[in-house]
Amino acid sequence: MDWTMWVEWIVKGFVLCLILLTGFAYLTWYERRALARIQVRVGPNRAGYQGLLQPIADAVKLIFKEELTPGHVYKVVFILAPVLTVVPSLVLAAVVPLGTSFNLFGREITLYVADVNVGILYLTSIASIAVYGIVLAGWSSNNKYAMLGGIRSSAQMISYELTLGLSFVTAIILGNSMNMIDIVNEQRGLWFVVIQPVGALIFWIATLAEVNRAPFDMPEAEQELTAGYHAEYSGMKFALFFMAEYQKMIVISMILATLFFGGYLGPFVDQVPLLGPVYLFAKVIILLFGMIWVRATWPRIRYDRLMSFGWKILLPLSLAIAFITATGILLADVLNNQLFFWSIPVVSIIALLVAVAFIYRDLRRKSHGRI
Amino acid sequence: MTGAQIIFIVVALYTLGSALMVVTTRNLIHAALWLVSTLFGVAVTYALMNANFIAVVQVVVYIGAIAILFIFAVMLTRKDMRDSGPQMNKNWWLGALVAVLVFAGLAFMLSGWSGFSKVAADLPSGFDSVSLLGEALVSPQAYVLPFEVASVLLLAALVGAVYVAFNRK
Repeated sequence: MDWTMWVEWIVKGFVLCLILLTGFAYLTWYERRALARIQVRVGPNRAGYQGLLQPIADAVKLIFKEELTPGHVYKVVFILAPVLTVVPSLVLAAVVPLGTSFNLFGREITLYVADVNVGILYLTSIASIAVYGIVLAGWSSNNKYAMLGGIRSSAQMISYELTLGLSFVTAIILGNSMNMIDIVNEQRGLWFVVIQPVGALIFWIATLAEVNRAPFDMPEAEQELTAGYHAEYSGMKFALFFMAEYQKMIVISMILATLFFGGYLGPFVDQVPLLGPVYLFAKVIILLFGMIWVRATWPRIRYDRLMSFGWKILLPLSLAIAFITATGILLADVLNNQLFFWSIPVVSIIALLVAVAFIYRDLRRKSHGRI
Repeated sequence: MTGAQIIFIVVALYTLGSALMVVTTRNLIHAALWLVSTLFGVAVTYALMNANFIAVVQVVVYIGAIAILFIFAVMLTRKDMRDSGPQMNKNWWLGALVAVLVFAGLAFMLSGWSGFSKVAADLPSGFDSVSLLGEALVSPQAYVLPFEVASVLLLAALVGAVYVAFNRK
């Protein structure tokens, strides 16, 4: 344990935070441009080439805005809440491997901040801390809309956390480890999305709810709750909530890419280790486009349907997926027959179709008069 | 004194200080937040003893689930957030006495144990505590029976909760 190691850790952590902060700024630009294209508009294109300086202009605006603290709020918690929201979104990224390792001045530098043997549990624990920021923001604002937004959002996050945890279990079973680096290495032959496409889909839906993105952005349903839990926030404190949401989008796409889409793997990544982050970056861009696409095309779903979808459809489906995966691997192992292994995707897709049939039947019945 | 001991003492003082704040602060939501901070201190203590898995589970279960339920309960049942009440009832000396006795008894019993004053040794490389724990939980020689009994108990509690909340038309 010499001092150069500490320097390496601090520099890597610092660089990761910088990447996420820059990523947040440009994700807002990316989202606005992509949404505009989908809605046949132009989007921000004035500041700099194609509007590339727009995020900087926005940041300057937000920093110089007047910051109001309403008189009736509960000060300590009111200031603590945005901090509690941003910090987990930054810390989450620490266990995601960006690549293997490379040599710098005769020193091997690994492309991840932390190699934790319970990496995936670490992710769930940090994600569960993020709920606090939103609950406390809603409560300390002392405003009924903010409070309702806070309660809605925390109920939603807690409900979808179960599904998220079960999709993590699927990836753990396939990767035979809780360490994210081992899981990536296990995907050298085949990405897990091929073996378990339904698991990846459930994971993605659950993360949309977890980061409060459309169509699950109930906490911020403007027409019902003004702005939800951050109604009383202004200036940089509001920007912190905004920042947390977009950073979580980035980090969660990184995690999805790592668990199901092979992470930093790609052609020639072993010969040129610096290609690893590039591949991961490309995958993240594509997954983020998926999130933006959903926001542009899907209306927000009603709150009671959101909860019944989470509890009655997604949770049983994710349980079934975890069970199918485990059984398939066990049977293939015991009977030494690869056929059982390849039955995993087939049976999972059948399970997905059953779930879709349930939703369809339910919606049909509801459209015929009964609630 | 080694570095590990200094870190341990700092963490222990932080945990105890937060625990003291839980029972002395006059505001309920503050008490709940101090409780979160106490539980976090306990998680750090586990991490110091090389028990990564238990440390993370402590955060998931206690901070992520149980403490958030406390905060929910406070938020939904109290009208005024600057709510305060008396800190003690007239039996406080009995509680203090029991706490001191339990601490003294535990300290006395543990002082006879050979590992009482040892520092946690570094785990050998390649030692996978998580899979060992997992195997112990499902192996008949170890803890399969308590594990299954606990699962059945939790399932019964779950079914009971659904039954109580179920709205018969």
